[in-house]
Amino acid sequence: MNILETLQTLLEDSGFMGFFMDGGWKNLIMIAVACVLLYLGIRKQFEPLLLVGIAFGCLLVNVSNFFIDGASSPDALYHPELWSQFLDETSEHYHSYGNIMANGGLLDILYIGVKTGLYPSLIFLGIGAMTDFGPLLSNPKSLLLGAAAQLGVFLAYFGAVCLGFTGPQAASIGIIGGADGPTAIFLTSRLAPELLGPIAIAAYSYMALIPLIQPPLMKLLTTEKERSVKMVQTRQVSKTEKILFPIIVSLFVILLLPSTAPLIGCLMLGNLWRECGVTARLSDTVQNALMNIVTVFLGISVGATTVASSFLSLQTLYIVGLGLLAFAFSTIGGLLVGKIMYKLSGGKINPLIGSAGVSAVPMAARVSQDVGKKANPSNFLLMHAMGPNVAGVIGSAIAAGFLLAVYK
Amino acid sequence: MAMVFPIASDTGIGEAAVTAVFGYAVVFVGLVILMALISAVGAFFKAKDRKAAAAAAAAKAENTVPAEASSAAPLAPGSAGHVKLFDVPDKEAAMVMAVVAHKMQKPLNELRFISIKEVKNDEI
Repeated sequence: MNILETLQTLLEDSGFMGFFMDGGWKNLIMIAVACVLLYLGIRKQFEPLLLVGIAFGCLLVNVSNFFIDGASSPDALYHPELWSQFLDETSEHYHSYGNIMANGGLLDILYIGVKTGLYPSLIFLGIGAMTDFGPLLSNPKSLLLGAAAQLGVFLAYFGAVCLGFTGPQAASIGIIGGADGPTAIFLTSRLAPELLGPIAIAAYSYMALIPLIQPPLMKLLTTEKERSVKMVQTRQVSKTEKILFPIIVSLFVILLLPSTAPLIGCLMLGNLWRECGVTARLSDTVQNALMNIVTVFLGISVGATTVASSFLSLQTLYIVGLGLLAFAFSTIGGLLVGKIMYKLSGGKINPLIGSAGVSAVPMAARVSQDVGKKANPSNFLLMHAMGPNVAGVIGSAIAAGFLLAVYK
Repeated sequence: MAMVFPIASDTGIGEAAVTAVFGYAVVFVGLVILMALISAVGAFFKAKDRKAAAAAAAAKAENTVPAEASSAAPLAPGSAGHVKLFDVPDKEAAMVMAVVAHKMQKPLNELRFISIKEVKNDEI
């Protein structure tokens, strides 16, 4: 064995050499970004269950992948060019999962679950099993607030088109305003997979930042008197109503927008398992074990899409900006309809529950509770805000279904 | 508005505006119809609950009527009427009646107890 030659080969093969190649500095920046995201996830606890996985996926993909003549490194965990071939109608590997399985790395294989929409749908199964739709059933008007809070989705979509994004890309950016990570990933993986990394990171980051984004808007758009309104106790919902609800929603929403079937179908199946009372084991599994397993795969494979060469672009900055705009306008939409309901109800509805119409469950409802309690310490808005909050989940799924129907 | 990317969007601004307004309207209409459905189901169950509550109240009333009626009904053969108890538990009253019957050497159903009252120390 020639020791010098071996050392030279080891050096040339090492990732450290990659930093000195053309564009290798971008990987360094992405490694720094991954470390910042890890800090936010671990230290600041911003959506840690997903953000830590996404950040580590980002770290892994950027230490293992240096592009040499447009192709990934031999030992790369994720190969964007394989996915480009997968989407290229003229390629012999168009829609070939076999090619991905044969030539892809670990993260390519895990990413199949994102590409097929499997992970977001399974996450929705768990969310359905964890969600009590009782507050929504006891006050069906909450659905109006869930609808109103989709304003940001369509305003950000319009803004993205104005900035030059294609229709499918704009739709994927707009859905950030739905404040629903799985829905954003589901829609983006179908319409604009090239933007999945920045959109997923923007969506989850803003969901984590809801306690910072929403309160200033809530205080700006409501008066002290409105914020102080104490809402009356809602009625008790029977078990039968809770069992019928997922069946009715599935029938109606999927018939209205068939493209929502994976999300709404899984959400409602999970909820039926929770409520029917005879499938406690399944409900427990999807709420805990399955949810955790899918979260592991989803986080790391979304992180894998943050390849330096595509992530570090002006587009990412626009996506981050438009995402913030979408979140802000969704909050404003919910608050404005909340104010209308306050007027129409003769001051019985606290408009603060409107901001919970963005579907970040239960964070947005907690923010409504906190802001309401500051205005009136004896106020307890949490259960009232949970109605619009879960309505927002259905609303954002319908918005995604509409955009999917337009651009698929 | 200036385009920031070399390739302009494949969707015109007018078309995007119409899509945005239409999309928002679809979300609203969808959820309003869902609200109507849920309200209808809720109203059905509320009405059912009211009926069930009314039926339960009626049944309760029916149960109390026979009890009252039974008080007016003729006593079973062999019984010696009703006894009024004042501050005396049933068990103690039964013991008192048994002791009295034993002392008088008479069957219990031939004796008639009108009332049993505990006499307190301060009443003596």
